[in-house]
Amino acid sequence: MKRITSLGALLLGAGLAFSPPAAAQDSGSATINTIKSRGQLVCGVSTGVAGFSLADSKGVTQGIDADTCRAVAAAILGDANKVRFVPTTTTNRFTALQSGELDLLVRSTTWTLGREGNLGLLFAGVNFYDGTGFLVKSAAGVKSVKDLDGATICVQPGTSTELAIADYFRLNKLKFTPVLIQDLAEIQNTYLAGRCDSYSTDASGLAAFRFQQGPKAGEHVLLPEIISKEPLGMMVRKGDDKFFDLVRWTLFAMIQAEESGVSSKNIDEMLKSTNPDVRRLVGTEGDLGKALGVDNRWAVNVIKGIGNYGEMWDRTVAPLGIPRGINNLWNKGGLHYPPPIR
Amino acid sequence: MSGAVVDPRLSPARAAPKKGLSLSWSDPRFRNIVWQVLILGTITAIVWYLVQNTSRNLAARRIATGFAFLGRTAGIPIGESLIDYDPAINTYGRALLIGLLNTLKVAVVGVVLATIWGTVLGVARLSKNWLISRLAAVYVEVIRDVPLLLQLLFWYLVLQGLPAPRNSFHPLPGVFLSNRGIKFPVVEWEGPFWWALGALALGILGTMAWSRTAARQQEATGVRPKVWPVALGLLVGFPLLVWGALGAPFAVEMPALRGFNFTGGATVSPEYAALTLGLVVYTASYIAEIVRSGILAVPTGQWEAGGAIGLRSSTVLRKIVLPQALRVIIPPMTSQYLNLTKNSSLAVAIGYQDVVSIASTTLNQTGQAIEGIAAIMVVYLAISLSISFLMNWYNARIALVER
Repeated sequence: MKRITSLGALLLGAGLAFSPPAAAQDSGSATINTIKSRGQLVCGVSTGVAGFSLADSKGVTQGIDADTCRAVAAAILGDANKVRFVPTTTTNRFTALQSGELDLLVRSTTWTLGREGNLGLLFAGVNFYDGTGFLVKSAAGVKSVKDLDGATICVQPGTSTELAIADYFRLNKLKFTPVLIQDLAEIQNTYLAGRCDSYSTDASGLAAFRFQQGPKAGEHVLLPEIISKEPLGMMVRKGDDKFFDLVRWTLFAMIQAEESGVSSKNIDEMLKSTNPDVRRLVGTEGDLGKALGVDNRWAVNVIKGIGNYGEMWDRTVAPLGIPRGINNLWNKGGLHYPPPIR
Repeated sequence: MSGAVVDPRLSPARAAPKKGLSLSWSDPRFRNIVWQVLILGTITAIVWYLVQNTSRNLAARRIATGFAFLGRTAGIPIGESLIDYDPAINTYGRALLIGLLNTLKVAVVGVVLATIWGTVLGVARLSKNWLISRLAAVYVEVIRDVPLLLQLLFWYLVLQGLPAPRNSFHPLPGVFLSNRGIKFPVVEWEGPFWWALGALALGILGTMAWSRTAARQQEATGVRPKVWPVALGLLVGFPLLVWGALGAPFAVEMPALRGFNFTGGATVSPEYAALTLGLVVYTASYIAEIVRSGILAVPTGQWEAGGAIGLRSSTVLRKIVLPQALRVIIPPMTSQYLNLTKNSSLAVAIGYQDVVSIASTTLNQTGQAIEGIAAIMVVYLAISLSISFLMNWYNARIALVER
């Protein structure tokens, strides 16, 4: 992993050093033009987290992050399958996006001020509201994070999780020993081998990991405390506002579609709808798509290809046994609140 | 004019032709200067362009630059450190310093152990005992052929295979082997120990002085006074006496299982153990071959000549063969030491927090990749240059003095 990291950083260095001065970067939506001429969206995802981005038995990357990438591809190119997925680690993900290796990064990455301020990157939206949780072996008899005083905790370095744990334990006057390994499979194996008392990452990641244990899932318990806010979302480079807009509104369109009852199953009927909200969404009224710099039927392509947010959730995350919770629509007790599409 | 005789050599006509620089392509000095200016100028221009363009692009993309982050509170947890560290208070600079110390901890211990183990293997491979020499040969051939990263993962896996703390191996009182590492008791460090340590240092100086006196006496009289009783007194007796005079404090801190883990005592973490073990096992196979080649490079005649004047074979090895072999061994040995140090950066794969690991976490948390990588490069350059400098100095000292 270190190699990849250093390589990523060197690539960034080389990319920044050799690429022409930045003037060309600011021309409207250079990224969309590149994607159109390439005929493909290059999207950074994880190296394999169930529910977010994990290759299935046919080698097709599945998950909510992967589908978010596909939705953007559908909005720009009209075809949800025109995506090339690039697996990234927690440490090389930002450099890969900064250096232009990726168009878009959807890698269960937490939106923080530090990242937006320092990295030259922007969060275009939140496709999953998460929080740091702890997984322990049932046999240990631990009931709460407070019982973890003196414990050894497995965590991936370079994540917001490691900062959250350090803060939480200090505030609660608890001690812990971190074991920090970059590679996801390696850190999980280390936890399973008993090197750590607990494995900590986003609660969704823990649920996914527990799910992957199959019949042995019962040997692990998710502790009740969620110790941090981890809004996970899509990242783009700063300096291309048009592309930023498009990514942001693609997600909003999916959420709005769920709210308005538009789904991949009824989208053809919805094209005949008389409801102005729906008409604007599907592009039968107004020029909102053109305003974004893509086809006016962009949202139709997204919904046909991926479905609305609820459909995407049910297909990818729900099978892991993760409740919808705060990821529900705003009018159903959740946090997903799309601004008006008009 | 007076009749003073002017030395003809001082007259301008007889002086050696002045080496004026002619601006002609046929003048080699002029050619050299032109080439050097050209090459230096080109390199400077390229570097200047790269630096300028990089910083302009970084600014355009609003990526933070500079080393100010070193003074910022780190917040990143670190598993093991030689100096105190609290993520809430300490800075990225201190975190990187801990990384550097962790790297040095592996490198220094690794170099010493690999040298010892490699020398044993190298000598074993030359052994007249068929089994020993074959075993050493198989070791060298197998270990050299397996990539180091795989070996590290293997050792880490082996150490994780140890039982949980509650069922740990307990070979000696106070020593516990578990998948949390090796726990062993430590003596509580108190003031008198520092004094005893000082006494030991004095003892070493005294022993060296006495050994020199003994050598002088041997040259003068042919009889060498015994050194070891004095050495024993100075190295063991004197520090013990000092420690005893100060009240002989002695308290052992024993590790004990409490809650999840052991408290008290000292720990060798599985990550550190796996990394050091892997590096030593791997590098020793190369060192073994270097030692073997060094010994074989000394002609057999030297052994025979030593034997002919009645020296024991251990004395021949120590006084005749090894000093000559060392001249062959030292330069390639330097490369192995450098390799071991640089290979320690594979620590990242098994979760040992060396300087690369901490720097890449830092660059990921701060987003300052170029500075992070630069810091790693500077650290390795500094360590490598120090090793080279030391080894070159040693090499020059033992080199054959030609008269």
